[in-house]
Amino acid sequence: MSNSSNNVLTDKWADYQKIARNGLWNNNQALVALLGLCPLLAVTNNTVNGIGLGLATMAVLIVSNGLVSLIRDHVSDEVRIPVFIAIIASAVTVIDLLMEAYLHTLHGILGIFIPLIVTNCAILGRAEAYASKNTVDKSLVDAFFMGLGFALVLIVLGSLREIIGNGTLFDQMDLMFGESAKALTIHLWDDYHPVLLAILPPGAFIGLGLLVALKNAIEQRKAAKAQNVLGVHVSVNPLRAPE
Amino acid sequence: MTEEKDIQKTIQPKQELWQKMLRAARLLSIYTVIGVGILLLVKQLTNEPIQTAEKQVLLDTINQLLPSKQYDNNLLKDTIEVTAPKYLHTRDPVTVYRARNNGEPVALILTTHAPDGYSGDIKIMLAVYEDGRIAGVRVLKHKETPGLGDKIELKKSNWILGFDGLKLRDDNNALWSVRKDGGGFDQFTGATITPRAVIKAVKNALMFIQDKGAKLYE
Repeated sequence: MSNSSNNVLTDKWADYQKIARNGLWNNNQALVALLGLCPLLAVTNNTVNGIGLGLATMAVLIVSNGLVSLIRDHVSDEVRIPVFIAIIASAVTVIDLLMEAYLHTLHGILGIFIPLIVTNCAILGRAEAYASKNTVDKSLVDAFFMGLGFALVLIVLGSLREIIGNGTLFDQMDLMFGESAKALTIHLWDDYHPVLLAILPPGAFIGLGLLVALKNAIEQRKAAKAQNVLGVHVSVNPLRAPE
Repeated sequence: MTEEKDIQKTIQPKQELWQKMLRAARLLSIYTVIGVGILLLVKQLTNEPIQTAEKQVLLDTINQLLPSKQYDNNLLKDTIEVTAPKYLHTRDPVTVYRARNNGEPVALILTTHAPDGYSGDIKIMLAVYEDGRIAGVRVLKHKETPGLGDKIELKKSNWILGFDGLKLRDDNNALWSVRKDGGGFDQFTGATITPRAVIKAVKNALMFIQDKGAKLYE
């Protein structure tokens, strides 16, 4: 408290914590903002796809948020969106090429959905709503946690759909982590009749709907608790970020 | 007072607008040029690793199609370049790898393209024994819809194994299409275009090999 530099540091940490909470929970891009649903719904029929696309999206988000924040004082309002899109498209193409070179098999599996990251509104959304108004360090932290929040939803949804639709968990992990990961596959039930619906596109919508509902239920329970403790009415609007 | 302001409003903004537009155009072109420059650089840098990775996959795939104990020569060195846009659907020269055992021809391995898939070129590799029988077919690269058209991959479905041991003869022409078209191959639910394209490409490649015959081993 007596040291001012210490104060600045704790302020920064508080900021970062707030950003992290926003990215992972309060303003989760997939569950609250409902952005990037096209790739989210399309590839999450198993865990490994969720991890692959989640990490790629996170990488793009970090690069684009960092660059947009760097140049934020050097673009005029009229062209900022096209410039952001040029940056995002370049970042995605670079990551696409790098993955093709060094993660060749994974790149093959995810196919068209890597270049399609360009069209993920969450990325342009963060560039416009956050990186274009904030410092580089904050923008990078924001990108990391927003990306992580998005990736976690992909992974949870992918795992759920794989468990229900295939009766396994972590199947085909070797495609991403090499031959030794083959042993990771867990067969949950013997003689399981897979519920195909979970793997087909409707399963993606239903699964995402259930996840959103679960999040809202948790929020409401929290609010009810707060109300009991404080004795005042606390309302929660799950679709609005607290900022 | 207000009139004066109005007049000023109409004159000044026009000049300002021009300046703004020029500035915007300049900014946008600068960022685009930088972006293109970075892309060219990365493309240049990744060109070789991508080719190496593809070659490794190629070698692995060749050994899936043709067990390495069936031949004793160095496949990647024993090659011939052919150009047959009509059969192999590419104007670029195609490399044919020749497997031999004790100098005797065993099989040919070559890549072909299916240009009429659902989403871009499908790159296919096939191995054909000296007597015209298919040793195996694999899809090397494609951009078909995940979950629908991607069943041409062995990882997703056994469909591609349906080619094993088949031979192109005058009397089994009808076999070479999907069931929907009266042929002998399953189509996929929601994706008929993809298997149709693959079958056609394999058939054309076989016709090419039949056409050239023993010349390909020379």
